[in-house]
Amino acid sequence: MSEVLILGEVKEGSLDLKSLELLGAGKKLAGELGGEVSLLLMGASVTKAADEAISHGPAKVYKMEHPLLEGFKPDLWVAALEQACRKIGPKVFLMGHSFVGMEVAPRLSARLNSRLTTDCIDLAIDPEDSLLLRTKPVSGGNAISVFKFQGEPQLATVRAKVFAAAEPDDAVGGMEEITPEIDESMIKVESLEIVEEESVALDKASVVVAGGAGLGEEDGFELLEELAETLGESFDNVMIGCSRVAVDKGWISSDHQVGLTGTMISPDIYVAVGISGAIQHLVGMVHAKKIIAVNTDKSCNMFKVADYGIVEDYEDVIPALIEKLEELS
Amino acid sequence: MTDIKIIVCAKQIPDPEAPLSDVSVDAENMEVIVDAPLVISPFDENALEVAVQLKEAAGGKITVLSLGKKVSDTVLRKTIAAGADELILLQDDQFEKLDSYSTATALADAARKIGDYDLVLTGRQAGDWDSGQVGLILGEMLALPCISMARAISVEDGSVVVEKNIPEGYERVKAQMPALITVSNEVGELRYISRTKMLKMMRGARKIPTWNAEDIGVSSDALRKMGIAALSSPPDMGRDCQFFEGSVDDQAEKLAEVFMGLK
Repeated sequence: MSEVLILGEVKEGSLDLKSLELLGAGKKLAGELGGEVSLLLMGASVTKAADEAISHGPAKVYKMEHPLLEGFKPDLWVAALEQACRKIGPKVFLMGHSFVGMEVAPRLSARLNSRLTTDCIDLAIDPEDSLLLRTKPVSGGNAISVFKFQGEPQLATVRAKVFAAAEPDDAVGGMEEITPEIDESMIKVESLEIVEEESVALDKASVVVAGGAGLGEEDGFELLEELAETLGESFDNVMIGCSRVAVDKGWISSDHQVGLTGTMISPDIYVAVGISGAIQHLVGMVHAKKIIAVNTDKSCNMFKVADYGIVEDYEDVIPALIEKLEELS
Repeated sequence: MTDIKIIVCAKQIPDPEAPLSDVSVDAENMEVIVDAPLVISPFDENALEVAVQLKEAAGGKITVLSLGKKVSDTVLRKTIAAGADELILLQDDQFEKLDSYSTATALADAARKIGDYDLVLTGRQAGDWDSGQVGLILGEMLALPCISMARAISVEDGSVVVEKNIPEGYERVKAQMPALITVSNEVGELRYISRTKMLKMMRGARKIPTWNAEDIGVSSDALRKMGIAALSSPPDMGRDCQFFEGSVDDQAEKLAEVFMGLK
């Protein structure tokens, strides 16, 4: 019996590592429920990913393959997922809070008539009624709420990097194939083209130099670029980040945005220049190992989460810093 | 001109850009208390902006729906000042703190009551609970084509063409209308509304229609409150900040040494 079902994701044929985090969460919940965890994989071909997953402890891997599941067509994925959920009948169904999860989970909630909680940072089973306790940050991270709803399957999407990945184990589960009944007539939204854009993979940066409203003008980012370049001589993967205000003002593109509606990051070093620290920004970077803040306002929130602070005008201190770094490196 | 009828769903929330000090958690009553002015949720403002752009391009009518136990028409009248033709407040004691599914159920019933529409627009997520569900659930309930995370929308011959954000960049997609679209911030901020225009709108004798649960025909069985089992303040994120002293050069030098120590 598959009490807990996980939607795994496949990236370039292989199991996406975030799926192992979901599996880790699923194992914990299955333990609390006294049941088993299974993994569902869908796509045109998921054999390789299924082989990778099976050694990480799911009791079963469900393979749902179909030529029309090539690429991510939400209408077909939602239809296939609904069929899989009805067939497998899990008590709990977890998806990643990923691009795919954010699209399919609400639609599945509507079709299965079951409440969903998105972006969970913790999950547990209430021992009294066996319902899923879904913990998520709300009000821009100002509060942490635990939700509980009736109905099955219990649906949640899970934030990346909060659960430890499932370790490989000796027990090897079984595989089962599920054939979805889907066809092209189910596609209501037609894909015309995919335009690839170079984007900034901020979550891969080890050092982020970020600017906000306090820069006062677009040109401020040129100074930050210079600093990033200098730091690049001593550190790998130095990138430019920013607050929402900087994006709203049109100073920089949104793929640089750090925070709740931007990218959530935990680099080795975060340098916040002219960012006062709205809570929605703080939740996106507060897990950086070291935080350095430069701001003219000593009372701003950013200094409350920083390890090192300089209360000066950035236009004075950043050029001086670049000079000193060049001397030292 | 192809007259296009658009429903925009707009949620009223406490200003999400409010400073931390204005927010407190009442764990006992399980409420987040935000001492900040009410505003329209930012992504819903984006949805309204794109609706006004579409209306300007093709002609048509914009109806704004806002749901809650008590919705402030002074906050929502801004939507009319920005270019909406009609504002309908969905107000009922039963609409207090609904979960996403129930909210979508009530909005779907309101949309059915309106009946004639080409597009239903919502923000990609609300600025308070950040759930990101209502739009897509609403689309499913109305059996509409659903498109999420729109960054640009255009209308041609009964179809809508949308550029939607995807991890690799963007995807251009097309659907027959009527359709449901959730809107992201790239469509642009809601246009500036002058104070004079705003004041004129406030003084206007215009009557804002209010529909309750009975008016839209939603049964109380279908409405459930958010099932909050516990609410707490976030864990303390604070660190002890070490401030450097001395001249700008002195401080820069000390910081440079810190960087070198972290290498």
